Amino acid sequence: MSSIEVNNLNVWFDDKQALKGVNMTIPEKGITAIIGPSGCGKSTFIRSINRMNDIIPSCRVQGQILVDGKDLYGPGVDVTQVRKNIGMVFQRPNPFPKSIYENIAYAPRIHGTRDKKKLGEIVERCLRRAALWDEVKDRLDKSAYDLSGGQQQRLCIARALSIDPEIVLFDEPCSALDPIATAKIEDLLEELKDDYTVVIVTHNMQQAARVADRTAFFYLGELIEFGDTSQLFERPENELTENYITGRMG
Amino acid sequence: MNMLSRSAKEKLYFGLFRACGALVVLTLVVIVAYMLVGSLPVLSLDFLTEPPRGANARGGILTPLVGTIYLMIIVFAFAIPIGVLSAVYLAEYQGKGRGARFWSIVVSNLAGVPSIVYGLLGLGLFVTFAGLGRSLIASGLTLAILALPIVISAAREAIQAIPPSLREASLALGATKWQTIQHHVLPYALPGILTGVILALSRAAGETAPILLTGAAFYMSSMPDSIFSQFMALPYHVYAVATQTMAGMNGSPVVYGAAIVLLLLVIGMNLIAIIVRKRYREKYRW
Repeated sequence: MSSIEVNNLNVWFDDKQALKGVNMTIPEKGITAIIGPSGCGKSTFIRSINRMNDIIPSCRVQGQILVDGKDLYGPGVDVTQVRKNIGMVFQRPNPFPKSIYENIAYAPRIHGTRDKKKLGEIVERCLRRAALWDEVKDRLDKSAYDLSGGQQQRLCIARALSIDPEIVLFDEPCSALDPIATAKIEDLLEELKDDYTVVIVTHNMQQAARVADRTAFFYLGELIEFGDTSQLFERPENELTENYITGRMG
Repeated sequence: MNMLSRSAKEKLYFGLFRACGALVVLTLVVIVAYMLVGSLPVLSLDFLTEPPRGANARGGILTPLVGTIYLMIIVFAFAIPIGVLSAVYLAEYQGKGRGARFWSIVVSNLAGVPSIVYGLLGLGLFVTFAGLGRSLIASGLTLAILALPIVISAAREAIQAIPPSLREASLALGATKWQTIQHHVLPYALPGILTGVILALSRAAGETAPILLTGAAFYMSSMPDSIFSQFMALPYHVYAVATQTMAGMNGSPVVYGAAIVLLLLVIGMNLIAIIVRKRYREKYRW
């Protein structure tokens, strides 16, 4: 449960600037959706929040992202700690090719939880939290790849919760899923928003309208508009936003 | 142009492909059968457990067989760790820039160097300069260098075949890069790495030129008693018997026997690789 304060964030890939002077304060808890046409920088933005862009050699970041007042890009920040506190769920389900149990137990273990009993409790709690427990409780030792796509994505959500992050980032989590699996993930987001600060990138405007408390519209690397979802969709202040949500652009 | 109907052409090309495929299989069958028939008079357990006699022309192949196994152990001990770790460096730390291209050119050129050149290198570097003399260790190290590029390119390919999304999953959980490599990349890449390792070992097992220059003996009355002694080895034994003895020149079964044992050794290693690979594929699959 942390707020995220973004101050003048600029991101480059080689010479190409992907984000231009983004200023934005995401309050704690609730769901914040990031929308915009392809290539607008929404994925780059969300991947800046847990410093996943660091793994791309050509990427350069300038500016501040403060979480609870501490700059994620400040000197001496341990990037593994940043990622421990800020979980992420990706576009395509990417469970480890290991058992369901191992998928959840992995992160707590590398962060120091060795006790088997404790790990078992974490696995059960996270799977319950991700509404997957009843479907998998009898086959925790089976490969995660035996699960359906939607189940795999819920497993990835459970995995992200396994180290008690304050913030959970979702990068188009439903883009590879069918409508029923998507609905389940959306229900889950509703459940999570009371305990976590949820940020979700989506290319699906209906999804943003359905689940998000606040929505931000990005265009060509700039934050165009950010406000309550209902206000942004019903009375957008910026013409670009209006063009996008009414389908004249995108 | 249209003398043949489309379906006739279809049949023609399919037949051509199948014939080419069959030719490959046939080659292996002929090789094994030819060696087997040639070696029938000597093939028995004694052939494996007795040292050569009568200036190599009679007796078994115990001494060269043991020499080759020792060589494999040395190659395994040196080429595998160095090869796999440098593959990790190339695949995970080098990125995809100009440096990486330079490295891959170096590796593929190394793989193309003729084995006699490796032999000369081993002679100069290990036998003379390092003062190891003509010995098991000098030959083993020479073969290890020869095996290195095969291990590196196979391991690198296996590592690069791991989907980036799995690395991201691990990093996003706060794992360090090394933890990601250790817990995910290497275990998932292991079947592919293993294939390369076996390929490299098979190649090294069959090389004659490098060991000829660095320590293999024409005949030894006893087993090598340390890594600094000379040794007999199967491929050189085949060459020695075939060219240096009257019996060999007349097609002695000892030549075929030594050859088929070498062949079975290599095929056996491949079988082990297949079994281990299969077990790992069941454990980790994506």
